[in-house]
Amino acid sequence: MENIIFDRIRKQIESSDVVLYMKGTAVFPQCGFSAAVVQILSQLGVPFKDVNVLEDSDIRQGIKDFTDWPTIPQLYVKGEFVGGCDIVREMFESGELQEMLQSKGLLAA
Amino acid sequence: MAMGPGEIEALIKAGIPDAQVRIEDLRGDGNHYAAYIESASFSGKNRVQQHKMVYDALQGKMGGELHALAIQTAVPQEKK
Repeated sequence: MENIIFDRIRKQIESSDVVLYMKGTAVFPQCGFSAAVVQILSQLGVPFKDVNVLEDSDIRQGIKDFTDWPTIPQLYVKGEFVGGCDIVREMFESGELQEMLQSKGLLAA
Repeated sequence: MAMGPGEIEALIKAGIPDAQVRIEDLRGDGNHYAAYIESASFSGKNRVQQHKMVYDALQGKMGGELHALAIQTAVPQEKK
């Protein structure tokens, strides 16, 4: 069972460069922490795939197990876990997030 | 079930013995906290690994009874 969900997650994070597991959608976030990450990505103009965990309880628990991370949102870039809301915010404020996205060709320098 | 700031601090210190911990109750509602944690044991680890150490110290309470805890981690500056 777990393998099926992990396979789905692997496909999701491989099929888009930037994937955000969140509560609600990019257009209508349903949690302040998810909204904060959406706002940062939108402000940078980085396209991302939103996955609404509230619509899929398998993914909601599965992504926590997959990443070994207890909270949502979770940001993946090029298949790698970047962090949750606190880390993304800290990286955005220090400019690290922008540098990392530029180095992966996802943001114009 | 809400957790008090003392309980959060005690758990973190039990898991990371040298940690300097400061907890803020962001809304005064006993439900939304920010934790600032300094520990030499974070040295050489990236942020994800540092936060995971804090989550481990919280023994699975994060995302459960501890709904909203913003975490900021740091390695102590060397004193000159």
